[in-house]
Amino acid sequence: MEKRYINKEGLAKWFGSILNSGKRVYAPVRHGEKVDFHQVHSLEDVAEDYIQTTLSAKSVIFPRAEVLFSYKKDNKEVTLEDFNPDSVPETVIWKIRPCDAAGFIPLSDIFNGGYDDVVYAAHLNKTTLVSFSCAKADDFCFCTSVNGSPGATKGSDIQLTILPDGGAIAEIITDKGMALIKSADDCFESAKDEDKSKYLADVPVYFDLNTVHDKLKEAFSSDIWKQQSERCLGCGACAFVCPTCACFSIEENSKGSHGQRIRCWDSCGFSMFTQHTSGHNPRSTQSQRWRQRILHKFSYMPERINDFGCTGCGRCSRACPVDMNIREHLTSIVK
Amino acid sequence: MNKLEEKAVSLLQSGVKLILGYEKGDKGARPFFCHTPEDASKLIYDEHATTNLATYILKPELMGHDKVAVCATLRTLRAIAQLASENQIKGENLIVFTITEEGNGDVKEFSGIDEINSYLTDKELEVAQLYKELDEKLSGMSREEKWSFWVNEFSRCIKCYACRAACPLCYCTRCITDVNRPQWIDPWPSPMGNMEWQINRVMHMVGRCIGCGACTKACPVGIPIGYLSRKMLNDLSEEFGYIPGQAMKDGNSLSTFKPEDKENFIH
Repeated sequence: MEKRYINKEGLAKWFGSILNSGKRVYAPVRHGEKVDFHQVHSLEDVAEDYIQTTLSAKSVIFPRAEVLFSYKKDNKEVTLEDFNPDSVPETVIWKIRPCDAAGFIPLSDIFNGGYDDVVYAAHLNKTTLVSFSCAKADDFCFCTSVNGSPGATKGSDIQLTILPDGGAIAEIITDKGMALIKSADDCFESAKDEDKSKYLADVPVYFDLNTVHDKLKEAFSSDIWKQQSERCLGCGACAFVCPTCACFSIEENSKGSHGQRIRCWDSCGFSMFTQHTSGHNPRSTQSQRWRQRILHKFSYMPERINDFGCTGCGRCSRACPVDMNIREHLTSIVK
Repeated sequence: MNKLEEKAVSLLQSGVKLILGYEKGDKGARPFFCHTPEDASKLIYDEHATTNLATYILKPELMGHDKVAVCATLRTLRAIAQLASENQIKGENLIVFTITEEGNGDVKEFSGIDEINSYLTDKELEVAQLYKELDEKLSGMSREEKWSFWVNEFSRCIKCYACRAACPLCYCTRCITDVNRPQWIDPWPSPMGNMEWQINRVMHMVGRCIGCGACTKACPVGIPIGYLSRKMLNDLSEEFGYIPGQAMKDGNSLSTFKPEDKENFIH
């Protein structure tokens, strides 16, 4: 990893050069009280002064709905048009939080574990993540309890830590990151001898992740699932704002003689998610679905892909209409 | 022990198995399922108690077959009254009480749906500040501008269906969005599909929505969807004499036919 310094003017110039290079740039944009990732065309579009976007940046690489292939029927002739990886443009996600960048690691393990999911991999390979370390956090943040931190670089290609003078410490973590600064090499200076940790938010550790993992091994038949989930309404808000939730359904957009097959986000919190054609539902109650959500992230994923399905971004807790606070529920499992 | 806790303890000691109420949460009051007298001290009731608890009453997996009591806010009372008028609530296992508005924490238990209805008669349904602002904003717009305003708002919908889940009157056992043979509404977000879903939702709610705002509050991306239902309430009030926030006395306006209904709207 290389460390450089970039001043305020240099940052603006570098950002401009990224835009001018023709790459798609996604960054947090404000809409009323909410901030979310959208394509931007100037630095002024980028939101300031917020803790976290409502949705994660997941959709840039794993879109809410993605056409896998299209088909056309002409009498008995069927023509298929497959997903074209070359159709995905080079993309930069600017000002992603460290917890969001980390979210792409379990997501990639799911889609690209064993073999590459062509569609997911096409987006991933063409996307460069420029994370900004966090100077502020709120009570919903708990990255430090799930192997993360406000300055964690895992998953990022470049990480910037903004300094009081408006400049930034730039940590260049991957080759992709190096390629991105090459386009504006003259904006960067050699690193000053400065420790970024004093510019980071203080996020307390709420629970020990390994204890959660151990406790869950014996918890399948526990009463806690019913207790915790009583107020859960069974909507999909938590899954849809989550940076690591990967469940999807395959839908058909059929228009007579032509159509598309579309991959759409789904949620294990929905009762329809496991509904069988026979009418039987192996997860017929919300407590079973809540158990699945927690066990998948904190028990099954560490066993299958050696990574937890949670980066402590706190979005599910912020988005939940009935205050299902995941950090609080995990803490109570440890007790 | 405050009056709410006293009431809860006495109910739980006299055969009630569950009290639906509120406890302190990270965002103010949140729904709380109180099963034991020991837990009754956690019960709170304040202006932050905004979740409509009537949403839980129709979930058999939570209610079981035991006696349940609900610590109802005005919003919850309105929803219970409407659900009762739609024959969705059987009174015998449900006890409803509220904390009266006088401010001394007095608990009032209702003898039945009729008493809830009469309690609600002089309680005017407030219009949220957000909706007043929208009224002002939209009133100056042309039809086309209004359409593009809502297309733009709904373009942010992620179809998480939190609005549906939070609504006490959205209780279809199989929602039209979950029907896939045929697939009436696109399951993925799309400009037309999002509009279809929201129009469907609003039209399904006309004359039934009690204006509690649970849908707007639940929307994680902040679309003011409850405004549309609130607007419909006003239209109904003008056209059918409906009083916003109260259950219709003789059936829902748009699903009831009477031979003497005027037909002057048909041209």
